[in-house]
Amino acid sequence: MNKKNIIKNITSYGLLTAIGLIMVFPFLWMVSTSLKTGTDIYNLSLIPEKVNLSNYVRVFTTSNFGKWFLNSLVIATITVISVLFVDSLVGYTFAKLKFKGKKPIFIILLSTLMVPTEMLIIPWFLMINKFGWFNSYLSLLFPGLSTAFGIFMMRQFFMSIPEDLLDAGRIDGLSEFGVFWHVALPLVKPALSALGIFTFLGNWNAFLWPVIAVDNPEMYTLPVGLSLFSGEMYNQWDLIMTGATIATVPVLIVFFIFQKKIIEGIHLTGVKG
Amino acid sequence: MEYVKGEKAGKKEKAADMKSHKGKRSYSVERKKQTWAYIFIAIPLLYFMVFRIFPTLYSFNISMRKWDLLSQNKPFVGFDNFKTLFGNEVFRIAMLNTLEYVLVGVPIILALSLSIALLLNSITRGTGLYRMLIFIPYVTSTVAVSWVWRWMFMKQGGVINSILILLGFASQPFLDSTTQSLYVVMANIVWQSIGFYTIILVAGLKQIPGSYYEAAGIDGASAWVKFRRITIPLLNPTIVYVAIISTINTLQVFTQVYNITGGNTGNAGGPLNSSTSIVLHIYNLAFRNYNMGLASAATVLLFIIILIITIIQMKVLTKEIE
Repeated sequence: MNKKNIIKNITSYGLLTAIGLIMVFPFLWMVSTSLKTGTDIYNLSLIPEKVNLSNYVRVFTTSNFGKWFLNSLVIATITVISVLFVDSLVGYTFAKLKFKGKKPIFIILLSTLMVPTEMLIIPWFLMINKFGWFNSYLSLLFPGLSTAFGIFMMRQFFMSIPEDLLDAGRIDGLSEFGVFWHVALPLVKPALSALGIFTFLGNWNAFLWPVIAVDNPEMYTLPVGLSLFSGEMYNQWDLIMTGATIATVPVLIVFFIFQKKIIEGIHLTGVKG
Repeated sequence: MEYVKGEKAGKKEKAADMKSHKGKRSYSVERKKQTWAYIFIAIPLLYFMVFRIFPTLYSFNISMRKWDLLSQNKPFVGFDNFKTLFGNEVFRIAMLNTLEYVLVGVPIILALSLSIALLLNSITRGTGLYRMLIFIPYVTSTVAVSWVWRWMFMKQGGVINSILILLGFASQPFLDSTTQSLYVVMANIVWQSIGFYTIILVAGLKQIPGSYYEAAGIDGASAWVKFRRITIPLLNPTIVYVAIISTINTLQVFTQVYNITGGNTGNAGGPLNSSTSIVLHIYNLAFRNYNMGLASAATVLLFIIILIITIIQMKVLTKEIE
Protein backbone atom coordinates (compact mmCIF):
# COMPACT_ATOMS: atom_id res chain seq x y z
CA MET A 1 0.00 0.00 0.00
CA ASN A 2 2.71 2.44 0.96
CA LYS A 3 4.86 1.72 -2.07
CA LYS A 4 1.91 2.40 -4.37
CA ASN A 5 1.26 5.65 -2.59
CA ILE A 6 4.86 6.75 -2.89
CA ILE A 7 4.86 6.10 -6.62
CA LYS A 8 1.57 7.94 -6.96
CA ASN A 9 2.93 10.88 -5.02
CA ILE A 10 6.14 11.07 -6.98
CA THR A 11 4.20 11.02 -10.23
CA SER A 12 1.84 13.72 -9.04
CA TYR A 13 4.58 16.00 -7.80
CA GLY A 14 6.63 15.30 -10.89
CA LEU A 15 3.81 16.15 -13.24
CA LEU A 16 2.88 19.28 -11.32
CA THR A 17 6.47 20.45 -11.30
CA ALA A 18 6.74 19.88 -15.04
CA ILE A 19 3.52 21.78 -15.59
CA GLY A 20 4.69 24.56 -13.30
CA LEU A 21 7.88 24.87 -15.32
CA ILE A 22 5.94 25.04 -18.58
CA MET A 23 3.80 27.80 -17.13
CA VAL A 24 6.78 29.78 -15.96
CA PHE A 25 9.38 29.16 -18.64
CA PRO A 26 8.13 31.74 -21.18
CA PHE A 27 8.52 34.44 -18.52
CA LEU A 28 12.00 33.32 -17.63
CA TRP A 29 12.90 33.36 -21.32
CA MET A 30 11.36 36.80 -21.69
CA VAL A 31 13.38 38.32 -18.84
CA SER A 32 16.49 36.47 -19.92
CA THR A 33 16.25 37.86 -23.45
CA SER A 34 15.72 41.36 -22.11
CA LEU A 35 19.04 41.15 -20.25
CA LYS A 36 20.98 39.92 -23.27
CA THR A 37 22.39 41.86 -26.17
CA GLY A 38 23.32 41.10 -29.73
CA THR A 39 23.42 37.52 -30.87
CA ASP A 40 23.43 36.27 -27.30
CA ILE A 41 19.65 36.30 -27.46
CA TYR A 42 19.81 33.31 -29.77
CA ASN A 43 21.82 31.29 -27.29
CA LEU A 44 20.01 28.47 -25.64
CA SER A 45 20.84 29.58 -22.14
CA LEU A 46 18.71 31.27 -19.54
CA ILE A 47 21.71 33.08 -18.17
CA PRO A 48 22.95 35.94 -20.33
CA GLU A 49 26.60 36.00 -21.40
CA LYS A 50 26.84 39.35 -19.77
CA VAL A 51 23.90 40.75 -17.82
CA ASN A 52 23.11 44.02 -19.40
CA LEU A 53 20.57 46.71 -18.62
CA SER A 54 21.21 48.69 -21.75
CA ASN A 55 18.01 47.45 -23.34
CA TYR A 56 16.01 48.94 -20.53
CA VAL A 57 17.76 52.27 -20.92
CA ARG A 58 17.11 52.27 -24.65
CA VAL A 59 13.44 51.35 -24.23
CA PHE A 60 12.72 53.96 -21.61
CA THR A 61 14.44 56.71 -23.52
CA THR A 62 12.93 55.94 -26.91
CA SER A 63 9.38 55.19 -25.93
CA ASN A 64 6.51 56.26 -23.75
CA PHE A 65 6.22 53.28 -21.46
CA GLY A 66 5.97 55.51 -18.43
CA LYS A 67 3.05 57.46 -19.85
CA TRP A 68 1.33 54.28 -21.04
CA PHE A 69 1.67 52.78 -17.60
CA LEU A 70 0.18 55.89 -16.06
CA ASN A 71 -2.72 55.92 -18.51
CA SER A 72 -3.54 52.32 -17.74
CA LEU A 73 -3.33 52.97 -14.02
CA VAL A 74 -5.63 55.99 -14.13
CA ILE A 75 -8.21 54.31 -16.33
CA ALA A 76 -8.21 51.08 -14.35
CA THR A 77 -8.48 52.83 -11.00
CA ILE A 78 -11.36 55.07 -12.04
CA THR A 79 -13.11 52.11 -13.62
CA VAL A 80 -12.80 49.97 -10.52
CA ILE A 81 -14.12 52.71 -8.24
CA SER A 82 -17.04 53.31 -10.56
CA VAL A 83 -17.87 49.63 -10.96
CA LEU A 84 -17.68 48.92 -7.24
CA PHE A 85 -19.93 51.83 -6.40
CA VAL A 86 -22.47 51.57 -9.20
CA ASP A 87 -22.74 47.81 -9.47
CA SER A 88 -23.17 47.38 -5.74
CA LEU A 89 -25.73 50.14 -5.46
CA VAL A 90 -27.76 48.83 -8.38
CA GLY A 91 -27.30 45.23 -7.29
CA TYR A 92 -28.52 46.17 -3.83
CA THR A 93 -31.53 47.96 -5.27
CA PHE A 94 -32.57 44.93 -7.26
CA ALA A 95 -31.93 42.65 -4.32
CA LYS A 96 -33.58 44.54 -1.52
CA LEU A 97 -35.91 47.22 -2.78
CA LYS A 98 -39.28 46.84 -4.40
CA PHE A 99 -40.35 49.10 -7.19
CA LYS A 100 -42.67 49.12 -10.13
CA GLY A 101 -41.16 47.79 -13.32
CA LYS A 102 -38.45 45.91 -11.46
CA LYS A 103 -38.81 42.72 -13.43
CA PRO A 104 -38.81 44.14 -16.97
CA ILE A 105 -35.92 46.45 -16.18
CA PHE A 106 -34.00 43.52 -14.78
CA ILE A 107 -34.60 41.51 -17.91
CA ILE A 108 -33.40 44.37 -20.06
CA LEU A 109 -30.22 44.45 -18.01
CA LEU A 110 -29.91 40.69 -18.42
CA SER A 111 -30.15 41.01 -22.17
CA THR A 112 -27.11 43.27 -22.32
CA LEU A 113 -25.06 40.34 -21.01
CA MET A 114 -25.74 38.49 -24.21
CA VAL A 115 -24.26 41.14 -26.43
CA PRO A 116 -20.53 40.67 -27.07
CA THR A 117 -18.27 43.72 -26.95
CA GLU A 118 -17.48 43.26 -30.62
CA MET A 119 -20.98 44.29 -31.48
CA LEU A 120 -20.58 47.54 -29.60
CA ILE A 121 -17.20 48.76 -30.79
CA ILE A 122 -18.30 50.03 -34.17
CA PRO A 123 -21.18 52.12 -32.82
CA TRP A 124 -18.91 53.29 -30.01
CA PHE A 125 -16.30 54.33 -32.53
CA LEU A 126 -18.85 56.33 -34.49
CA MET A 127 -20.19 57.83 -31.26
CA ILE A 128 -16.84 58.99 -29.91
CA ASN A 129 -15.99 60.57 -33.19
CA LYS A 130 -19.26 62.44 -33.11
CA PHE A 131 -18.81 63.55 -29.49
CA GLY A 132 -15.21 64.50 -30.05
CA TRP A 133 -14.01 62.03 -27.47
CA PHE A 134 -11.50 60.33 -29.74
CA ASN A 135 -8.03 60.19 -28.18
CA SER A 136 -9.23 61.19 -24.73
CA TYR A 137 -9.45 59.45 -21.39
CA LEU A 138 -13.23 59.64 -21.78
CA SER A 139 -13.28 57.32 -24.73
CA LEU A 140 -11.16 54.80 -22.85
CA LEU A 141 -13.26 55.10 -19.70
CA PHE A 142 -16.89 54.96 -20.70
CA PRO A 143 -17.17 51.28 -21.73
CA GLY A 144 -16.23 49.92 -18.33
CA LEU A 145 -17.96 52.17 -15.80
CA SER A 146 -20.59 49.57 -14.95
CA THR A 147 -21.19 45.97 -15.94
CA ALA A 148 -24.26 43.79 -15.98
CA PHE A 149 -22.12 40.95 -14.71
CA GLY A 150 -21.07 43.00 -11.69
CA ILE A 151 -24.65 44.02 -10.98
CA PHE A 152 -25.83 40.43 -11.02
CA MET A 153 -23.00 39.25 -8.88
CA MET A 154 -23.59 41.93 -6.23
CA ARG A 155 -27.33 41.31 -6.34
CA GLN A 156 -26.64 37.66 -5.63
CA PHE A 157 -24.68 38.52 -2.53
CA PHE A 158 -27.04 41.17 -1.28
CA MET A 159 -30.01 38.81 -1.49
CA SER A 160 -28.68 36.77 1.40
CA ILE A 161 -28.73 39.67 3.82
CA PRO A 162 -31.62 39.38 6.28
CA GLU A 163 -34.22 42.08 5.95
CA ASP A 164 -34.18 42.64 9.71
CA LEU A 165 -30.70 44.03 9.62
CA LEU A 166 -31.75 46.58 7.06
CA ASP A 167 -34.85 47.47 9.03
CA ALA A 168 -32.75 47.98 12.12
CA GLY A 169 -30.78 50.51 10.16
CA ARG A 170 -33.93 52.27 9.06
CA ILE A 171 -35.18 52.42 12.61
CA ASP A 172 -31.88 53.92 13.63
CA GLY A 173 -32.71 56.78 11.36
CA LEU A 174 -30.52 55.94 8.42
CA SER A 175 -31.68 57.04 5.01
CA GLU A 176 -32.11 54.38 2.34
CA PHE A 177 -28.66 55.22 1.06
CA GLY A 178 -27.36 55.07 4.61
CA VAL A 179 -28.80 51.58 5.04
CA PHE A 180 -27.03 50.54 1.86
CA TRP A 181 -23.76 52.18 2.78
CA HIS A 182 -23.52 51.42 6.49
CA VAL A 183 -25.43 48.17 6.88
CA ALA A 184 -25.46 46.22 3.62
CA LEU A 185 -22.17 47.10 1.99
CA PRO A 186 -19.87 46.03 4.83
CA LEU A 187 -21.51 42.61 4.74
CA VAL A 188 -20.47 41.90 1.16
CA LYS A 189 -16.81 42.85 1.41
CA PRO A 190 -15.51 39.55 -0.08
CA ALA A 191 -17.71 40.04 -3.13
CA LEU A 192 -16.54 43.62 -3.47
CA SER A 193 -12.89 42.66 -3.37
CA ALA A 194 -13.45 39.89 -5.90
CA LEU A 195 -15.30 42.23 -8.23
CA GLY A 196 -12.65 44.88 -7.77
CA ILE A 197 -9.81 42.52 -8.60
CA PHE A 198 -11.47 41.14 -11.68
CA THR A 199 -12.49 44.51 -12.94
CA PHE A 200 -8.95 45.78 -12.48
CA LEU A 201 -7.36 42.82 -14.21
CA GLY A 202 -9.83 42.89 -17.09
CA ASN A 203 -9.48 46.60 -17.57
CA TRP A 204 -5.69 46.60 -17.31
CA ASN A 205 -5.48 43.96 -19.97
CA ALA A 206 -8.10 45.37 -22.35
CA PHE A 207 -6.93 45.61 -25.92
CA LEU A 208 -9.63 45.54 -28.57
CA TRP A 209 -11.37 48.78 -27.65
CA PRO A 210 -8.31 50.78 -26.54
CA VAL A 211 -6.53 50.03 -29.79
CA ILE A 212 -9.52 51.46 -31.63
CA ALA A 213 -10.28 54.41 -29.38
CA VAL A 214 -6.92 56.18 -29.49
CA ASP A 215 -4.25 56.74 -32.07
CA ASN A 216 -2.20 59.33 -30.22
CA PRO A 217 0.88 57.67 -28.68
CA GLU A 218 0.50 59.83 -25.58
CA MET A 219 -2.89 58.29 -24.89
CA TYR A 220 -2.10 54.63 -25.37
CA THR A 221 -2.76 52.25 -22.56
CA LEU A 222 -0.01 49.81 -21.71
CA PRO A 223 -1.21 46.89 -23.86
CA VAL A 224 -1.73 49.12 -26.88
CA GLY A 225 1.61 50.85 -26.40
CA LEU A 226 3.42 47.56 -26.01
CA SER A 227 1.77 46.12 -29.11
CA LEU A 228 2.60 49.06 -31.33
CA PHE A 229 6.08 49.43 -29.86
CA SER A 230 6.81 45.78 -30.54
CA GLY A 231 5.51 46.05 -34.07
CA GLU A 232 7.75 49.03 -34.69
CA MET A 233 10.83 47.35 -33.25
CA TYR A 234 10.20 44.58 -35.75
CA ASN A 235 13.30 42.45 -35.47
CA GLN A 236 14.85 43.77 -32.31
CA TRP A 237 13.71 41.02 -30.04
CA ASP A 238 15.88 42.11 -27.15
CA LEU A 239 13.99 45.39 -27.05
CA ILE A 240 10.62 43.75 -27.59
CA MET A 241 11.20 41.38 -24.71
CA THR A 242 12.31 44.30 -22.59
CA GLY A 243 9.03 46.03 -23.30
CA ALA A 244 7.15 42.85 -22.49
CA THR A 245 9.01 42.53 -19.19
CA ILE A 246 8.25 46.11 -18.25
CA ALA A 247 4.58 45.48 -18.96
CA THR A 248 4.48 42.23 -17.03
CA VAL A 249 6.55 42.60 -13.90
CA PRO A 250 4.50 45.22 -12.03
CA VAL A 251 1.34 43.18 -12.39
CA LEU A 252 3.19 40.09 -11.23
CA ILE A 253 4.31 41.89 -8.12
CA VAL A 254 0.75 42.99 -7.40
CA PHE A 255 -0.36 39.42 -7.99
CA PHE A 256 2.13 38.01 -5.51
CA ILE A 257 0.89 40.42 -2.89
CA PHE A 258 -2.81 39.84 -3.48
CA GLN A 259 -2.59 36.18 -4.40
CA LYS A 260 -4.83 34.91 -1.74
CA LYS A 261 -7.55 37.46 -2.40
CA ILE A 262 -7.47 36.78 -6.11
CA ILE A 263 -7.89 33.06 -5.72
CA GLU A 264 -10.64 33.55 -3.16
CA GLY A 265 -12.33 35.82 -5.62
CA ILE A 266 -12.37 33.20 -8.31
CA HIS A 267 -13.88 30.71 -5.94
CA LEU A 268 -16.57 33.23 -5.10
CA THR A 269 -17.52 34.06 -8.64
CA GLY A 270 -16.75 30.75 -10.26
CA VAL A 271 -18.40 28.26 -8.04
CA LYS A 272 -21.72 30.03 -7.92
CA GLY A 273 -22.55 27.71 -10.79
CA MET B 1 -35.93 44.82 21.31
CA GLU B 2 -37.73 48.10 21.65
CA TYR B 3 -34.48 49.85 20.70
CA VAL B 4 -35.47 53.08 19.10
CA LYS B 5 -33.14 55.94 18.37
CA GLY B 6 -34.69 59.13 17.11
CA GLU B 7 -35.35 62.64 18.13
CA LYS B 8 -38.57 63.45 16.41
CA ALA B 9 -41.83 62.03 17.58
CA GLY B 10 -42.67 61.28 13.98
CA LYS B 11 -39.78 58.89 13.66
CA LYS B 12 -40.72 57.17 16.88
CA GLU B 13 -44.20 56.75 15.56
CA LYS B 14 -43.00 55.34 12.26
CA ALA B 15 -40.72 52.95 14.09
CA ALA B 16 -43.48 51.83 16.38
CA ASP B 17 -45.59 51.49 13.30
CA MET B 18 -43.06 49.18 11.65
CA LYS B 19 -42.67 47.13 14.76
CA SER B 20 -46.30 46.73 15.65
CA HIS B 21 -47.66 46.10 12.18
CA LYS B 22 -45.16 43.47 11.27
CA GLY B 23 -46.86 42.25 8.15
CA LYS B 24 -48.58 45.45 7.20
CA ARG B 25 -46.17 48.20 6.14
CA SER B 26 -47.13 51.82 6.15
CA TYR B 27 -47.77 53.03 2.62
CA SER B 28 -45.51 56.04 2.82
CA VAL B 29 -42.54 53.97 3.96
CA GLU B 30 -42.85 51.68 0.96
CA ARG B 31 -43.35 54.65 -1.33
CA LYS B 32 -40.23 56.26 0.07
CA LYS B 33 -38.21 53.13 -0.53
CA GLN B 34 -39.50 52.95 -4.08
CA THR B 35 -38.50 56.52 -4.77
CA TRP B 36 -35.01 55.82 -3.55
CA ALA B 37 -34.87 52.71 -5.70
CA TYR B 38 -35.58 54.80 -8.77
CA ILE B 39 -33.03 57.38 -7.72
CA PHE B 40 -30.38 54.72 -7.28
CA ILE B 41 -30.88 53.11 -10.63
CA ALA B 42 -31.71 56.15 -12.72
CA ILE B 43 -28.22 57.12 -13.83
CA PRO B 44 -26.90 53.56 -14.25
CA LEU B 45 -29.95 52.74 -16.30
CA LEU B 46 -29.32 55.76 -18.47
CA TYR B 47 -25.74 54.62 -18.86
CA PHE B 48 -26.85 51.20 -20.05
CA MET B 49 -29.33 52.71 -22.44
CA VAL B 50 -26.77 55.01 -24.00
CA PHE B 51 -23.73 52.77 -24.02
CA ARG B 52 -25.12 49.28 -24.37
CA ILE B 53 -28.66 49.16 -25.69
CA PHE B 54 -28.58 52.01 -28.13
CA PRO B 55 -25.28 50.88 -29.68
CA THR B 56 -26.64 47.36 -30.04
CA LEU B 57 -29.61 48.61 -32.01
CA TYR B 58 -27.36 50.99 -33.92
CA SER B 59 -25.22 47.99 -34.83
CA PHE B 60 -28.16 46.17 -36.36
CA ASN B 61 -28.95 49.31 -38.29
CA ILE B 62 -25.42 49.72 -39.64
CA SER B 63 -25.26 46.06 -40.57
CA MET B 64 -28.08 46.60 -43.02
CA ARG B 65 -26.63 49.62 -44.71
CA LYS B 66 -23.93 50.24 -47.23
CA TRP B 67 -21.78 52.22 -44.83
CA ASP B 68 -18.19 53.16 -45.35
CA LEU B 69 -16.64 56.16 -43.67
CA LEU B 70 -15.72 57.85 -46.90
CA SER B 71 -19.04 58.30 -48.63
CA GLN B 72 -21.91 60.44 -47.45
CA ASN B 73 -24.65 58.08 -48.47
CA LYS B 74 -25.56 55.21 -46.22
CA PRO B 75 -28.39 53.54 -48.09
CA PHE B 76 -30.39 50.73 -46.65
CA VAL B 77 -29.54 47.46 -48.38
CA GLY B 78 -31.29 44.83 -46.30
CA PHE B 79 -29.35 41.62 -46.03
CA ASP B 80 -26.87 42.37 -48.81
CA ASN B 81 -23.97 42.73 -46.39
CA PHE B 82 -24.66 39.30 -44.98
CA LYS B 83 -24.76 37.81 -48.44
CA THR B 84 -21.49 39.53 -49.29
CA LEU B 85 -19.86 38.15 -46.17
CA PHE B 86 -20.82 34.58 -46.90
CA GLY B 87 -19.57 34.96 -50.42
CA ASN B 88 -16.28 36.33 -49.14
CA GLU B 89 -13.52 33.77 -48.90
CA VAL B 90 -11.61 35.44 -46.07
CA PHE B 91 -14.76 35.59 -43.97
CA ARG B 92 -15.44 31.92 -44.54
CA ILE B 93 -11.87 31.07 -43.60
CA ALA B 94 -12.15 33.21 -40.48
CA MET B 95 -15.34 31.39 -39.50
CA LEU B 96 -13.76 27.96 -39.99
CA ASN B 97 -10.64 29.01 -38.13
CA THR B 98 -12.65 30.30 -35.20
CA LEU B 99 -14.63 27.08 -35.07
CA GLU B 100 -11.37 25.18 -35.13
CA TYR B 101 -10.04 27.28 -32.26
CA VAL B 102 -13.14 26.32 -30.29
CA LEU B 103 -13.63 22.70 -31.28
CA VAL B 104 -10.01 21.79 -30.63
CA GLY B 105 -9.11 24.35 -28.01
CA VAL B 106 -12.01 24.02 -25.57
CA PRO B 107 -11.78 20.24 -25.09
CA ILE B 108 -8.04 20.62 -24.58
CA ILE B 109 -8.63 23.36 -22.03
CA LEU B 110 -11.20 21.21 -20.23
CA ALA B 111 -9.05 18.08 -20.24
CA LEU B 112 -5.91 19.85 -19.10
CA SER B 113 -7.48 21.99 -16.40
CA LEU B 114 -9.43 19.03 -15.06
CA SER B 115 -6.28 16.90 -14.98
CA ILE B 116 -4.30 19.59 -13.24
CA ALA B 117 -7.15 20.20 -10.81
CA LEU B 118 -7.21 16.52 -9.93
CA LEU B 119 -3.45 16.53 -9.49
CA LEU B 120 -3.61 19.56 -7.24
CA ASN B 121 -6.33 17.96 -5.22
CA SER B 122 -4.34 14.79 -4.71
CA ILE B 123 -1.26 16.28 -3.10
CA THR B 124 -1.04 17.53 0.43
CA ARG B 125 1.99 19.79 0.50
CA GLY B 126 2.94 22.65 -1.72
CA THR B 127 -0.54 23.21 -3.12
CA GLY B 128 -0.16 26.94 -2.67
CA LEU B 129 3.06 27.08 -4.63
CA TYR B 130 1.82 24.99 -7.56
CA ARG B 131 -1.44 26.85 -7.64
CA MET B 132 0.43 30.10 -7.91
CA LEU B 133 2.73 28.84 -10.65
CA ILE B 134 -0.16 27.58 -12.71
CA PHE B 135 -2.08 30.78 -12.28
CA ILE B 136 0.68 33.23 -13.17
CA PRO B 137 0.10 33.25 -16.94
CA TYR B 138 -3.51 34.23 -16.42
CA VAL B 139 -2.78 37.51 -14.66
CA THR B 140 -0.15 38.70 -17.09
CA SER B 141 -0.60 40.96 -20.07
CA THR B 142 -2.02 39.07 -23.02
CA VAL B 143 -0.18 41.37 -25.40
CA ALA B 144 3.12 40.70 -23.64
CA VAL B 145 2.78 36.93 -23.61
CA SER B 146 1.65 36.99 -27.23
CA TRP B 147 4.90 38.65 -28.23
CA VAL B 148 6.90 36.27 -26.03
CA TRP B 149 5.16 33.42 -27.83
CA ARG B 150 5.98 34.94 -31.19
CA TRP B 151 9.63 35.21 -30.16
CA MET B 152 9.70 31.66 -28.81
CA PHE B 153 8.13 30.11 -31.90
CA MET B 154 10.12 32.02 -34.46
CA LYS B 155 11.21 29.77 -37.29
CA GLN B 156 14.81 30.98 -37.23
CA GLY B 157 16.22 31.56 -33.80
CA GLY B 158 13.17 30.91 -31.68
CA VAL B 159 13.91 28.98 -28.53
CA ILE B 160 11.38 26.23 -29.24
CA ASN B 161 13.08 25.32 -32.49
CA SER B 162 16.47 25.52 -30.80
CA ILE B 163 15.29 23.00 -28.22
CA LEU B 164 13.78 20.78 -30.89
CA ILE B 165 17.04 20.76 -32.82
CA LEU B 166 18.96 20.00 -29.64
CA LEU B 167 16.72 16.99 -29.05
CA GLY B 168 17.29 15.77 -32.57
CA PHE B 169 14.01 16.83 -34.13
CA ALA B 170 13.52 18.88 -37.26
CA SER B 171 12.88 22.56 -36.82
CA GLN B 172 9.32 23.57 -37.59
CA PRO B 173 7.97 26.46 -39.64
CA PHE B 174 5.41 27.25 -36.90
CA LEU B 175 4.07 30.72 -37.61
CA ASP B 176 5.16 30.55 -41.23
CA SER B 177 3.11 27.45 -41.87
CA THR B 178 -0.49 27.52 -43.00
CA THR B 179 -1.19 24.46 -40.92
CA GLN B 180 0.77 25.18 -37.76
CA SER B 181 0.12 28.88 -37.35
CA LEU B 182 -3.36 28.42 -35.88
CA TYR B 183 -2.10 25.83 -33.41
CA VAL B 184 0.69 28.05 -32.19
CA VAL B 185 -1.90 30.71 -31.39
CA MET B 186 -4.15 28.12 -29.81
CA ALA B 187 -1.29 26.87 -27.64
CA ASN B 188 -0.91 30.38 -26.31
CA ILE B 189 -4.61 30.67 -25.56
CA VAL B 190 -4.64 27.35 -23.75
CA TRP B 191 -1.43 28.08 -21.85
CA GLN B 192 -2.62 31.42 -20.59
CA SER B 193 -6.14 30.48 -19.60
CA ILE B 194 -5.67 27.10 -17.95
CA GLY B 195 -4.78 28.58 -14.58
CA PHE B 196 -8.13 30.27 -14.27
CA TYR B 197 -10.20 27.20 -15.11
CA THR B 198 -8.05 24.96 -12.95
CA ILE B 199 -8.76 27.08 -9.89
CA ILE B 200 -12.48 26.95 -10.60
CA LEU B 201 -12.39 23.18 -10.99
CA VAL B 202 -10.35 22.75 -7.83
CA ALA B 203 -13.01 24.65 -5.93
CA GLY B 204 -15.65 22.45 -7.47
CA LEU B 205 -13.73 19.32 -6.54
CA LYS B 206 -13.41 20.45 -2.95
CA GLN B 207 -17.16 20.69 -2.72
CA ILE B 208 -17.63 16.98 -3.29
CA PRO B 209 -18.01 15.35 0.10
CA GLY B 210 -15.23 12.94 0.89
CA SER B 211 -17.75 10.56 2.38
CA TYR B 212 -19.00 9.62 -1.08
CA TYR B 213 -15.54 8.38 -2.02
CA GLU B 214 -15.17 6.53 1.25
CA ALA B 215 -18.48 4.80 0.84
CA ALA B 216 -17.57 3.81 -2.69
CA GLY B 217 -14.21 2.56 -1.47
CA ILE B 218 -15.90 0.34 1.06
CA ASP B 219 -18.04 -1.03 -1.72
CA GLY B 220 -14.84 -1.97 -3.51
CA ALA B 221 -14.98 0.62 -6.30
CA SER B 222 -11.79 1.31 -8.22
CA ALA B 223 -10.37 4.79 -8.71
CA TRP B 224 -11.62 4.92 -12.26
CA VAL B 225 -15.16 4.00 -11.21
CA LYS B 226 -15.06 6.57 -8.44
CA PHE B 227 -14.03 9.14 -11.00
CA ARG B 228 -16.73 8.22 -13.47
CA ARG B 229 -19.59 7.76 -11.04
CA ILE B 230 -18.89 10.37 -8.38
CA THR B 231 -16.49 13.04 -9.57
CA ILE B 232 -17.78 13.67 -13.06
CA PRO B 233 -21.49 13.82 -12.27
CA LEU B 234 -21.06 16.01 -9.19
CA LEU B 235 -18.58 18.23 -10.98
CA ASN B 236 -20.92 18.62 -13.91
CA PRO B 237 -22.20 22.14 -13.15
CA THR B 238 -18.64 23.41 -12.79
CA ILE B 239 -17.54 21.64 -15.97
CA VAL B 240 -20.45 23.15 -17.85
CA TYR B 241 -19.55 26.58 -16.52
CA VAL B 242 -15.94 26.19 -17.65
CA ALA B 243 -17.01 24.87 -21.04
CA ILE B 244 -19.37 27.74 -21.70
CA ILE B 245 -17.05 30.50 -20.53
CA SER B 246 -14.03 29.14 -22.39
CA THR B 247 -16.10 28.71 -25.55
CA ILE B 248 -17.43 32.24 -25.46
CA ASN B 249 -13.95 33.60 -24.82
CA THR B 250 -12.36 31.54 -27.57
CA LEU B 251 -15.02 32.54 -30.08
CA GLN B 252 -13.98 36.14 -29.46
CA VAL B 253 -10.22 35.66 -29.75
CA PHE B 254 -8.49 38.73 -31.13
CA THR B 255 -5.57 40.02 -29.08
CA GLN B 256 -3.50 36.86 -29.44
CA VAL B 257 -4.05 36.49 -33.16
CA TYR B 258 -3.35 40.17 -33.76
CA ASN B 259 -0.10 40.18 -31.80
CA ILE B 260 1.28 36.73 -32.49
CA THR B 261 0.69 36.81 -36.22
CA GLY B 262 0.72 40.45 -37.14
CA GLY B 263 0.91 43.40 -34.87
CA ASN B 264 0.84 46.54 -36.91
CA THR B 265 2.86 45.13 -39.77
CA GLY B 266 -0.44 44.64 -41.49
CA ASN B 267 -0.52 40.95 -42.23
CA ALA B 268 -2.15 39.65 -39.11
CA GLY B 269 -3.88 36.36 -39.45
CA GLY B 270 -1.02 34.13 -40.40
CA PRO B 271 0.02 32.95 -43.88
CA LEU B 272 -3.00 32.93 -46.17
CA ASN B 273 -5.20 33.92 -43.25
CA SER B 274 -4.72 30.49 -41.73
CA SER B 275 -5.07 31.78 -38.19
CA THR B 276 -7.44 34.68 -38.76
CA SER B 277 -10.33 34.74 -36.33
CA ILE B 278 -13.74 36.30 -36.83
CA VAL B 279 -13.01 39.25 -34.59
CA LEU B 280 -9.73 39.94 -36.33
CA HIS B 281 -11.60 39.96 -39.62
CA ILE B 282 -14.20 42.32 -38.16
CA TYR B 283 -11.42 44.60 -37.02
CA ASN B 284 -9.85 44.59 -40.47
CA LEU B 285 -13.16 45.23 -42.20
CA ALA B 286 -13.96 48.16 -39.94
CA PHE B 287 -10.59 49.76 -39.34
CA ARG B 288 -8.48 48.77 -42.33
CA ASN B 289 -11.12 48.83 -45.03
CA TYR B 290 -13.46 51.23 -43.25
CA ASN B 291 -16.40 49.17 -44.38
CA MET B 292 -18.63 49.63 -41.35
CA GLY B 293 -21.60 47.98 -42.95
CA LEU B 294 -19.85 44.69 -43.61
CA ALA B 295 -18.07 44.77 -40.28
CA SER B 296 -21.30 45.35 -38.38
CA ALA B 297 -22.98 42.53 -40.24
CA ALA B 298 -20.11 40.29 -39.17
CA THR B 299 -20.56 41.33 -35.54
CA VAL B 300 -24.24 40.48 -35.76
CA LEU B 301 -23.32 37.05 -37.10
CA LEU B 302 -20.82 36.59 -34.28
CA PHE B 303 -23.48 37.52 -31.77
CA ILE B 304 -25.86 34.94 -33.21
CA ILE B 305 -23.16 32.28 -33.24
CA ILE B 306 -22.30 32.92 -29.60
CA LEU B 307 -25.95 32.82 -28.66
CA ILE B 308 -26.68 29.57 -30.46
CA ILE B 309 -23.58 27.77 -29.24
CA THR B 310 -24.18 28.85 -25.65
CA ILE B 311 -27.77 27.64 -25.73
CA ILE B 312 -26.73 24.33 -27.27
CA GLN B 313 -24.06 23.84 -24.65
CA MET B 314 -26.42 24.57 -21.80
CA LYS B 315 -28.97 22.12 -23.13
CA VAL B 316 -26.61 19.33 -24.09
CA LEU B 317 -24.04 19.43 -21.34
CA THR B 318 -26.17 19.97 -18.27
CA LYS B 319 -27.21 16.65 -16.90
CA GLU B 320 -29.42 15.70 -14.04
CA ILE B 321 -27.60 14.35 -11.02
CA GLU B 322 -29.23 11.42 -9.37
